[in-house]
Amino acid sequence: MTRWLQDNMPKIVLAPSFIAVMVFVYGFIAWTAWVSLTRSRLMPRYEIDSFIQYERLASSPRFEVAMTNLFIFGALFIVIAMVLGLLLAILLDQKIRTEGAIRTIYLYPMALSMIVTGTAWKWILNPELGIEATVQGWGFANFEFNWLVDPDMAIYTVVLAAIWQSSGFVMALFLAGLRSVDEEIIKAAQVDGIPTWRVYSAIIIPSMAPIFLSAFIVLAHLAIKSFDLVIALTGGGPGYATDLPATYMYAMAFSRGDIGQAASSAMVMMLVVFAIVVPYLYSELRTKDD
Amino acid sequence: MTDMSYSPSRGQSPALKLVLRSILYILLGLFALFYLMPLFVMITTSLKSLDEIRTGDLVSLPREVTFDAWRTAWSGACTGIQCEGVKPFFLNSLLIAVPAVMISTLIGALNGYVVAQWRFKGSNIFFALMLFGCFIPFQVVLLPMARVLGLMGVAGTIPGLIFVHVIYGLGFTTLFFRNYYVSIPSELTKAAKVDGAGFFRIFWSIFLPLSLPIIVVAVIWQFTQIWNDFLFGVSFSQAGTQPVTVALNNIVNSTTGVKEYNVDMAAAIIAALPTLFVYVVAGKYFIRGLTAGSVKG
Amino acid sequence: MKSYVFSTASAIAVCAAGAVFADGHAEAEVLHYWTSGGEAKSVAVLQEEFAANGGTWTDMPVAGGGGDAAGTALRARVLAGNAPTAAQIKGPAIQEWFEEGVLADISSVAEANDWANLLPAAIASHMQCEGTWCAAPVNVHRVDWIWANTEILAANGIEMPTTWEEFNAAADKLQAAGIIPLAHGGQAWQDATVFETVVLGVGGADFYQAALVDLDQDALTSDTMVAVFDQMRTMRGYVDDNFSGRDWNLATAMVMNGEAAFQIMGDWAKGEFMAAGKVPGVDFSCASTPGDGYLYNVDSFAMFSVDGEGKEAGQDLLAELIMGPNFQEVFNMNKGSIPVRTDVDLSGFDACAQLSAADMASTNDGGTLKPSYAHGMALFGAQSGAITDVVTAHFNSDMSSADAVQMLSEAIANSM
Repeated sequence: MTRWLQDNMPKIVLAPSFIAVMVFVYGFIAWTAWVSLTRSRLMPRYEIDSFIQYERLASSPRFEVAMTNLFIFGALFIVIAMVLGLLLAILLDQKIRTEGAIRTIYLYPMALSMIVTGTAWKWILNPELGIEATVQGWGFANFEFNWLVDPDMAIYTVVLAAIWQSSGFVMALFLAGLRSVDEEIIKAAQVDGIPTWRVYSAIIIPSMAPIFLSAFIVLAHLAIKSFDLVIALTGGGPGYATDLPATYMYAMAFSRGDIGQAASSAMVMMLVVFAIVVPYLYSELRTKDD
Repeated sequence: MTDMSYSPSRGQSPALKLVLRSILYILLGLFALFYLMPLFVMITTSLKSLDEIRTGDLVSLPREVTFDAWRTAWSGACTGIQCEGVKPFFLNSLLIAVPAVMISTLIGALNGYVVAQWRFKGSNIFFALMLFGCFIPFQVVLLPMARVLGLMGVAGTIPGLIFVHVIYGLGFTTLFFRNYYVSIPSELTKAAKVDGAGFFRIFWSIFLPLSLPIIVVAVIWQFTQIWNDFLFGVSFSQAGTQPVTVALNNIVNSTTGVKEYNVDMAAAIIAALPTLFVYVVAGKYFIRGLTAGSVKG
Repeated sequence: MKSYVFSTASAIAVCAAGAVFADGHAEAEVLHYWTSGGEAKSVAVLQEEFAANGGTWTDMPVAGGGGDAAGTALRARVLAGNAPTAAQIKGPAIQEWFEEGVLADISSVAEANDWANLLPAAIASHMQCEGTWCAAPVNVHRVDWIWANTEILAANGIEMPTTWEEFNAAADKLQAAGIIPLAHGGQAWQDATVFETVVLGVGGADFYQAALVDLDQDALTSDTMVAVFDQMRTMRGYVDDNFSGRDWNLATAMVMNGEAAFQIMGDWAKGEFMAAGKVPGVDFSCASTPGDGYLYNVDSFAMFSVDGEGKEAGQDLLAELIMGPNFQEVFNMNKGSIPVRTDVDLSGFDACAQLSAADMASTNDGGTLKPSYAHGMALFGAQSGAITDVVTAHFNSDMSSADAVQMLSEAIANSM
């Protein structure tokens, strides 16, 4: 018996998590798929109707905007936050005397609830209150920075605020990775006269591949779920120019009492996300798998 | 950045070194300014009187500094018919966040340990399933989860909220630990097994001591997510179990009421203090991670 | 069920009927979204009366999104089988919840207190579900208000406009004088608020009813609707460049500070003026937006079916107190709205509130008292949301009025 226990301990340890994931993630996705085929309004109903919700979704100009925004926002946010996070981690890794303080400054945006920080950003980005007015006040009368109120550019202000909020955590991830790289290897390389940037690009960064995976998942998760940020910063506007699938879904399910529509938008969004993420994860996990 | 060899490596003249170090510090300083900008706006606003906010610029230094807004936010702002500020809600958030962080980090560490070091047929599939689970939008989860919590009899309670946060935090903690442990050579585990050490013993005496930096990362992530969570907090609580984000939301969000931006800003900063505290304290252990990292090899 | 015993021994002045309950504990957990200073103090009056009648009030406040967040919490709790005793819901959403079969019947209280005769008929109909009473109304906010900076108007020789032509002429004059004619916040609900006052003003009350209540396709695609969008486009020109995303209260501040002349907003804007120490008639003027009619936004509480005698007793007591004359007066004086009961003495209210009450009475008689679509009184969420999407997309782009009308009709069809 103890023998069997010992042999199967890894499986026993994973079992509760496995059950939880099957029920609370995949079970709920199945539930959503079911509801997306019904005409649920205020509350979920379970009589399967048709693909009407998907047809409605297809003819919704607002959802189209939301999906386009997700691509723009997601791509820019993930790439910039990752590059910035890595850069900051490397800069901070140069035996900086005030590292503790600087690290906390880079991290603190994560601590603040976007419900309120969004308001602060809104003022900063507002042409008549924030940066534009300040710089013009310095004498640069032609300076313009009015993305927030420009329907074509507003999505980039969401990217900016999102990077501000999350790049610190990515830095922390990379910093943890840098700190776990074997010091001896680095010293040996330096003794051999290899320049520092080569040490980073050829030795340290490649050894942190799993950290990139973590950073990607975290950022992709944040991008897909960005919600408070949009609500507080732009409220989805101007018009619905900065709507994202998450805000669309929430509006349908909870402000408009159109749960069937919300479920179908969730399914479409998850399908698209999986179509992008699955190949990436597959390649990542395979290479790690000898 | 690649052409900057700012690290104190040998073969550089002291003058060049000084220039590079200066550039490094200026860069770090500029980024610090970027990150601090909204905080600056929030703090200055919180120190202004409402009259000044209504008449003056929103983004400027206060003409007259007053701490009234901070007092109000802490113990006087209305979050409903009670006007006791955010103070009474702190305890709820702590009661939710602390156990949820601990449980999800521990389970995540064990999961990551198995997936990275005790592979079996299907363990990678398990990991992939966990990862995809990270992408489920929480808006989708709300309604079925409400039903499940009702069936479990923990709807509206703190254990119910802990349960929800643990479930949806597991994907991330597992991911962090797996990706950290996967770079630890498997020979270590094999050697220990030969020495007769069991599953938990190896975890306890070999892996856990190496895990400080990643525990810090996992705790920072989980604590931030749970402390700042609003959607679950508002949906799965009832009177008496509402977390601090709901109180903050109630102070800040009002459609038809008079807005007091100074109180809003102060309340937001106060609500963030525990997370900031965690960052400052936990942040220190990144450095310890340096020492821990050198054990490996 | 709902058995309670009247007792004269502890009849309390504030409550005419003085209901005191057999086992001495009426309890209520109340989900509402009144959390900001003035609102909270207003609703605290209700809690005090509830307590004075021996009830235990448990507060469950959830603010945000004009009740969206509270609605989220409400759905989760109903699904979990843990519904609150009473929840703040309004308009057609009351009927939607009733259809889910989760609302309690408060007819006994409503009939005992003669609600049918105390409420304007249009408003009473929102509170009734298939012949039973299912919600208790709290207040009436008027939406179709236009606020103005008195000083600016006087300095430029402008009267409060009574037609949209007058408004446009006044705005042109102000613009030439370098003043922003219309203070506006570019959030979807604020765009919708302006839109519905234009529909009412340009098309009249019958057109409003056809287009925004009955969703009549002929009305939605009519030339009148094109004219409405034309007026919206004109008004877009009267708004400053940085209006996107601005909170409504900052727009109010612009009027207060003399940067802008007018704002179109419900009467909660009055609270901002008052809080800044401004006096109606002196510092700022209030008038109904051009055109006849009255758009109301009525807050109300619905009771949910819950188990337990104490809770049921609590629901009856709560319903009775909400409609009580004392609460109606105190609450609405604080909140800037007017009592929903037509028999409350208004001498203590300000001039704007008195105007609102007089207009409500006359429009009720004239059949031009209409529910506000922008504030969830006229339509189910799916349809009102679909309209708002089009309105805000039009206002924030250079879409033509004809395209907007086309899009409106498609969006409505798609939302069904």
